[in-house]
Amino acid sequence: MAFDSFSAFIAMEGHGPYVWACYAVFFVLMLLMMIGSVRSRKAIVESCRRGYEFQADKSKVAASPPPSASFARVNVSQD
Amino acid sequence: MHPIRKKRLTIVLFLLAGLSIAVALTTYALRQNINLFYDPTQISAGEAPMDVRIRAGGMVEAGTVVRDPDSLKVVFHVTDYNASVPVEYVGILPDLFAEGQGIVAMGRLNNEGRFVADQVLAKHDENYMPPEVADALEKASKNEGSSMPASAQPASY
Amino acid sequence: MWQFFHKLGSPKWFFGISTRFMPWLLAGGVILLMAGVVWGLAFAPEDYLQGNSYRIIFIHVPTAFMAQSVYIMMASAALVTLVWRMKLADVFVKAVAPVGLVLTFLALFTGAVWGKPTWGTWWIWDARLTSMLILMFLYGGVIALDRAINDEKSAARAVAVLVLVGVVNIPIIKYSVEWWNTLHQPATFKLTEKPSMPAEMWVPLLLSVLGLYLIFGWLACVRMQTEILSREQRTRWVREFVMKGRV
Repeated sequence: MAFDSFSAFIAMEGHGPYVWACYAVFFVLMLLMMIGSVRSRKAIVESCRRGYEFQADKSKVAASPPPSASFARVNVSQD
Repeated sequence: MHPIRKKRLTIVLFLLAGLSIAVALTTYALRQNINLFYDPTQISAGEAPMDVRIRAGGMVEAGTVVRDPDSLKVVFHVTDYNASVPVEYVGILPDLFAEGQGIVAMGRLNNEGRFVADQVLAKHDENYMPPEVADALEKASKNEGSSMPASAQPASY
Repeated sequence: MWQFFHKLGSPKWFFGISTRFMPWLLAGGVILLMAGVVWGLAFAPEDYLQGNSYRIIFIHVPTAFMAQSVYIMMASAALVTLVWRMKLADVFVKAVAPVGLVLTFLALFTGAVWGKPTWGTWWIWDARLTSMLILMFLYGGVIALDRAINDEKSAARAVAVLVLVGVVNIPIIKYSVEWWNTLHQPATFKLTEKPSMPAEMWVPLLLSVLGLYLIFGWLACVRMQTEILSREQRTRWVREFVMKGRV
């Protein structure tokens, strides 16, 4: 340990504000970028899945011979 | 490699080479403007303009720092071990200012060849070491009786 | 050789292989970076001249180094885009440009905060600082140009040309401290010489550089996969990957 006490470590002989400001900004920006990247990846996977499910439903509906008239519920995704 | 790709590659490389030459020539032509400061050799050779705001940089010559007892005025010589220029400055010096330490001063050169600065910045070098090592180096050089290089000289800090 | 090169250009192949590497990149990067930072902050000795303010070096040098090497990687990818028209190269440029922007900003910010107590000023228009600022604008320009062009193929080519033109700035950044008088000091790490600091300072610095490199690798993989998914969502393989939960 290069410092005698924890308070000396925080103060850094008067240079504390400079050092800690740098490290704080560095970690906040890096974390934001990492979390943001993971989130947008999740979002695109989710939107792909929804698109495929929607397509699958549509093709199922199209595959069965359409009745001339029916009061059955049409299965449309609600989201 | 496919001939079309080869052609594209040569075009791209030629463009890059041309661009680099253009940039190199431009920066070479502008080198005096890109240089942040004039060094003492240039100033004493008369290359620096008088009465124009310029920067001067170099090492603070050991034993030349004279502080005015009544004000914040400081007079010292800046050297590059080849020529030296007297500098006067009124104001608070940066923490790292010390004899043997590099500085960059902003100000004007008057017709007596003195540099009147209104801002002094400290320039440090790329060497880092723990204080004990710096002390040991200093002791070793004292024993040899020779002055150590300014870059390794510990400042009063 | 060329076969491997073309395989590398296949988004599907990249997706599979990068998914396997990603956890290791992230874990290794975080461990190395934290080790370097903790060592540098708490255990490395103080500097004889600058005292403790020099501890900013343990993030300033990694971000500045990465800002430049990301640009060099982008420029290589841009060359591949222009000559071989490889999709993945363009995906890489688009995915990492924002990362490069953040890293360059961090290098400038930490440098400014370090400059205040040591030099006595936040900012000075010397060659190193100015060329680094230009690098940040280049990253910004790449992102803006890509957003401004709707057609994917023309955007890829325009962006690649801009990236390649900007690459002349890299040697200027690197050698600015040697070619011209600057306030910024020359490099502490040189390829041919011993670093001009003792091991208990340069080892933690090296650790945090390596750590940030690995974290960048992970970030690049995540962001490239995002871009690939959005571009290739109509293909069968993406459908299979998504529906089988392999993403």
